[in-house]
Amino acid sequence: MHATVEHPAEHVEPKRIFLIVWGFLLALTGVEVLLAYQSLEIKVMLVLLMTLSIVKASLIIAYFMHLRYERRSLALVLMPAMVFVIAMLFVVFPDSLRLLWMSTQ
Amino acid sequence: MASHEAVTLGLHETESMWAGGRSPFAVGSKKLGMWLFIVSDAITFSALLIAYSFVRVASPSWPRPFESASIANATVMTLILLTSSITVVMAVRQAKLGNRSAVAGWLAATMLGGILFDVLHLREWVGLIEEGVRLFKNPWGTPQFGAAFFTLTGLHMTHVTVGVVYLGVIAIGTKRGKYTAEDVEVSGLYWHFVDLVWMFIFPLVYLMSAKFA
Repeated sequence: MHATVEHPAEHVEPKRIFLIVWGFLLALTGVEVLLAYQSLEIKVMLVLLMTLSIVKASLIIAYFMHLRYERRSLALVLMPAMVFVIAMLFVVFPDSLRLLWMSTQ
Repeated sequence: MASHEAVTLGLHETESMWAGGRSPFAVGSKKLGMWLFIVSDAITFSALLIAYSFVRVASPSWPRPFESASIANATVMTLILLTSSITVVMAVRQAKLGNRSAVAGWLAATMLGGILFDVLHLREWVGLIEEGVRLFKNPWGTPQFGAAFFTLTGLHMTHVTVGVVYLGVIAIGTKRGKYTAEDVEVSGLYWHFVDLVWMFIFPLVYLMSAKFA
């Protein structure tokens, strides 16, 4: 009963690295929650929380989703295109400031 | 010549890289398909998160309804989701080692995490609804809060629920010998993605709307 009859010699990464990544993710979540209890300016808070979230997302993609161990071409096809599209979604974002300005006039 | 080139580049899977090869990314079609879906879904969630932020920035005030109890609840949900990711990693590992019943066990543990996450999140929803939050109405002003909150967290909750069903199908199928290690890995990719999205919803929706800050 082998699930891997097709690839009997497939490489299996050691458990330790995943547990370490998991520990990092839990620790970063703890830091985020601690930050929420500080009275920081909202812009500073946003930048700090988003930076930590991007670090967490990268760890999940690289290790849990295994992208680090795939052939580089897969990451190069998927990631830059995704980041570019998401960046383009911000094109209309400054309009929110105009709306805010109009509503407070 | 072409095959010689391929060998020196270490591209054993492709006959000729420039002819497109047989497998240019060296992954199966199911895995590639799931990756493409994940990229498109990531863009969907990004659009929703950006829309949420847009409405929030454009509003002179934004409700901060989450007390310490809600933040604690959301933190526990985050820990559950992160832990369910590590149980999926274990399931994928066991699948590669060929232990079918261990795969089913780890996937069942993951499903339990997903169900627990849904229950805790629904508790939060019910609390807000009881406080009078509706899609376009709430006691604190800025009526869009409800629509923004429920759409974003609702779509994520749908993903978790679909994931629980998906993992259940894979768990049963793997135990019966119907699915291979690749199928388990592909379902794991989806689950990690659901976890990843929550890593952005949690700070943006909950931590940035804590009442005490």
